[in-house]
Amino acid sequence: MAKRTALYENHVAHGGKIVEFAGYELPVQYEAGVITEHMTVRTKVGIFDVSHMGEVVVKGKNAEEALNKIVTNDIRGMYDGQVRYSLLPNEKGGAVDDILIYRVNGECFLIVVNASNADKDAAWISSHLPGDVCFENISDKVSQIALQGPLAETVLKKILDEQFIPKKYYSFTKETLVMGIKCLVSRTGYTGESGFELYCGNQDAPALFELLLKTGKEEGILPCGLGARDTLRLEAAMPLYGHELEEDIPVNEVGLGFAIKMAKEDFIGKKAIESHEPEYVRVGAKIVDRGIAREHTDVYCGSEKVGIVTSGTHAPYLGYPIAMLRIKKEFADKPLEADVRGRRLKLEIVPLPFYKKA
Amino acid sequence: MKVLYRESHEWVAIDGKKAKVGISDHAQKELGDLVFINLPEVGAEVKAGETLCDVESVKAVSDLYAPVTGKVVAVNEELEGAPELINQDAMKAWICEIEVESVPDDLMDEEAYKKFIKG
Repeated sequence: MAKRTALYENHVAHGGKIVEFAGYELPVQYEAGVITEHMTVRTKVGIFDVSHMGEVVVKGKNAEEALNKIVTNDIRGMYDGQVRYSLLPNEKGGAVDDILIYRVNGECFLIVVNASNADKDAAWISSHLPGDVCFENISDKVSQIALQGPLAETVLKKILDEQFIPKKYYSFTKETLVMGIKCLVSRTGYTGESGFELYCGNQDAPALFELLLKTGKEEGILPCGLGARDTLRLEAAMPLYGHELEEDIPVNEVGLGFAIKMAKEDFIGKKAIESHEPEYVRVGAKIVDRGIAREHTDVYCGSEKVGIVTSGTHAPYLGYPIAMLRIKKEFADKPLEADVRGRRLKLEIVPLPFYKKA
Repeated sequence: MKVLYRESHEWVAIDGKKAKVGISDHAQKELGDLVFINLPEVGAEVKAGETLCDVESVKAVSDLYAPVTGKVVAVNEELEGAPELINQDAMKAWICEIEVESVPDDLMDEEAYKKFIKG
């Protein structure tokens, strides 16, 4: 049976339309609908329950060194309170997951993983750490609320003294009291807007969710569901595991080179990545014809199938349909079409991200 | 004029030999924000229960089925540029008009349809 987050009752009370996602019952949208929720995050501020995300803690004297051997990014030289994006590679050079690594201190890291991979990742990480490094899966104790949009900081400032608000993108403050609720406040997000992700104990999540909604009333805050979360991340061209990333998609074919540090000494999958000459690339496309090219749609150049759509949607802010494609690299500058239910839709390759905040 | 519904959530408003077709308010709510509609072609012969056209929401594409058998004599072109009119008022936003040849007997009246969607 699907699990419920600590905020389930809040979603129902606010008119959330509940669906099952990654083993959780979560709202796909509220009464306002996906497009309004999306636009609210782009122009004002929205709030999301992302408690389905998994969290694990890795601790010990050798935690940094051990962790650095199982991730593609280099986590050395981070400061306490910094966040870094990385892939978690497998031996074949594919991705077990993509993750956020929070450095609490040199001997303690919090790792945030995708909901659909949480159990797999916990097993993978714990089995690839040496015995002197402690590992704890705290996913079931922690709730996560995302406050996203250009007015997110304005809202947060009303209930949290400025000195406790992380200043830089990809940094965090911990054991921060937000009106008496102990939180980790992280300046991160999955929308392409500025904003925060607040982690707290499950017992405090309903109060924190309602507090943020009430505090943001003047700013026009809306609760937002998984639908808007997906359209927002896609406009911002952020990858989603199971779409742009997979166990058998080589990590050097997904356009995330910034998070793969080949100069680093050995790490899991390094040899496989080194020896793999990329055949495919991730590119963005605007659909020129009417219609949406959704995931798994075949992409053609003339009569030749050259790849697939990994994610596709109507982009509410841009006002036209977009897609991320995984195509053979030599076709990236050729005329392409998507085969949508037997209809050919013309694609125009455009630079990523589709949307970039001003 | 009488309004009938299919189990697949299309409505049909039959007025003599002509019938206008749309989707129910329940259907538009389930689909969410509509962003495209592929209208049927004027002149097309359609058979009750067969695919009539499709609508696309942010979330998914869905086929609509012809509630009656006949010939498409008009389409609501306004929807092409503004499919959200269906979200705004599904019972007013007709999609096409069919010259009716026959009406199947599995259509529901409003009362029966309301019961049907309640489960």
